[in-house]
Amino acid sequence: MYKRLPDAGGATVAITIDGEPFTARAGDSVAAALLLAGRAACSLSAVTGRPRAPYCLMGVCFECLVTVDGEGARQACLVSVRDGMRIETTTEPAP
Amino acid sequence: MQRDHDIAVIGGGLVGAAIAWGLAREGRRVVVLDEGDTAKRASRGNFALVWVQSKGLGLADYVGWTIRSSDNWPRLAADLKEQTGLDVCFERPGGFALALSEAELASRKTIIERIHRQPGVAKFDVEILDRAAIARMQPGIGPEVVGGSYCPLDGHVNSLRLFRAFQIANARLGIDYRPGHAVRGIHYEAGAFRIVTAAGDVYAGKVMLAAGNANAQLAPMVGLDAPMRGDHRGQIVVTRRMPRFLRYPVVTVRQTDEGTVMIGDSYEEASDDAGLTLAISAVEADRARRMFPVLDNATVVRTWSCLRVMTRDGFPIYDQSAECPGAFVACCHSGVTLAANHAYDIAPMIARGALDAGRVAAFSARRFHVQKAA
Repeated sequence: MYKRLPDAGGATVAITIDGEPFTARAGDSVAAALLLAGRAACSLSAVTGRPRAPYCLMGVCFECLVTVDGEGARQACLVSVRDGMRIETTTEPAP
Repeated sequence: MQRDHDIAVIGGGLVGAAIAWGLAREGRRVVVLDEGDTAKRASRGNFALVWVQSKGLGLADYVGWTIRSSDNWPRLAADLKEQTGLDVCFERPGGFALALSEAELASRKTIIERIHRQPGVAKFDVEILDRAAIARMQPGIGPEVVGGSYCPLDGHVNSLRLFRAFQIANARLGIDYRPGHAVRGIHYEAGAFRIVTAAGDVYAGKVMLAAGNANAQLAPMVGLDAPMRGDHRGQIVVTRRMPRFLRYPVVTVRQTDEGTVMIGDSYEEASDDAGLTLAISAVEADRARRMFPVLDNATVVRTWSCLRVMTRDGFPIYDQSAECPGAFVACCHSGVTLAANHAYDIAPMIARGALDAGRVAAFSARRFHVQKAA
C-alpha cells in the first residue's frame, strides 16, 4: 500500500518486526517502517480489543504503541529505527 | 431601549452553557457572550466527577443542593442524548475516597461526621469501610489502602463530551453563541442592559453572569458581589488507555469510558493555568500508584493544570441584583456536579425573573457581609 518516493536515499538499516527481518532506511520512524512492511495493525485497543494502526504520526493519538527492544508501549511514530532494532506488535489478544 | 435578546449569558463554559440551555428550553431568546478558546476554561480542565460525599462542610444547604443535582443528573444525561445523540457517559456506581494511613482514615471520618452533624443538613448515605470491605467491592487496591469512605450517590461523566453536547444542543435551540465577545462593561439603562464587548455592544433584557473567576470583575458592574479567589490551581495526570480496572470513581483517580486513567485533586496557590509543578504531579501519581498498583507501569500521556472557579469560602454564589433588576450571578466550583440544577432549577428562576429564595437564599453573597446581613 505504501511506497517510498523514488528518489529517497539514505543508508539501509536492518531491523526485525515480530522476528521477521525488514530493511528500513536511516531516518525512518518505526511507524513508517511498519507501514512500509505492510502491517495493517500494530496494537489492540485496551478498551474494545479492536486492532489499531499508526494514525496521527505525530505523537498525539497513541494508536501506534509497539514494543521496541523489549520496552513496551513505545510510540512507533516517535522512535527512529536503529540497526538491529527488534520491534514487536500486538495483534492477538493476550491469552 | 433596543433589546436584541431576552437574556445575555456572560461566559460560555459549563455553567453558562447549562443555564443558557435551560433558558432556551423555557422559550427565551438567549445570547451567550464568550471570551473564546483563550479563556481560562475550567470546563476543559476539570476532573469530571458528579460528587456528593465531600461537599458542604460549613454550609449545610450546599449538601442538599448537591444531592438534588446528583439525583437529576440521569435526566440531564437522557435529555442531552435525546437532543444530540451524544452519550455523556454518566455513571453513578457510587464513589470512594481512599485512605493510605490510619491518620488519613480518621481525618476522613471526622469530616464526614462534621458534615452530617450540621443543623438542618440533608441526610444521605455515606459509610466508612475497612480495607476488606473495599477490596470486595473494588479489587486491585494496594497494600497501603487501610480503608475509605463510600457514598452511593457519587458518580462521574465524560465532561468534555458534556461540554460538546451542550454546545450542540444550544446551537439547535437557536442560542446565539458569540466567541470573541469578552465583556468589558455592563450598563443598566432604561430597564435593560447594554453590554460592551470586545466585538461591540449587545443589548439584552436580562443578564446572567457565568464567567467563572471573572465574575469578580463583572459583578460590581451590575450592583452584585462575587468574591472569587482565582489562585486555586489543580493538576491532572492522564495515562494511556488501559483495560477497565476501576469499577468506581475515586475522588483522586477515575477511569474514563475511553479507558484513560485520570489522576487529580491536587491544590496549590497559583494563578497561571499554563504552568505545571512537577513535584505535585509526582505526589498525585505516587498516591494513585499506591492505591492501585496496576498503575505502576502505566504510561502518562498528558498532564495539565487548571484554575478552579472558587469563591472566597468555596461555596456557590447565586444572587440577583437589587440595584439592576434582571441581573443575576452564578459562581461555583462544581460546574459538572451542579449542571442539572443549573439547567432545571436556576434557568427557570432566571426566566421567571427572580431567584427562588426557598432553594438558593443560602447562596447569596450577602453571607460575605456579616454586618449588613445582620
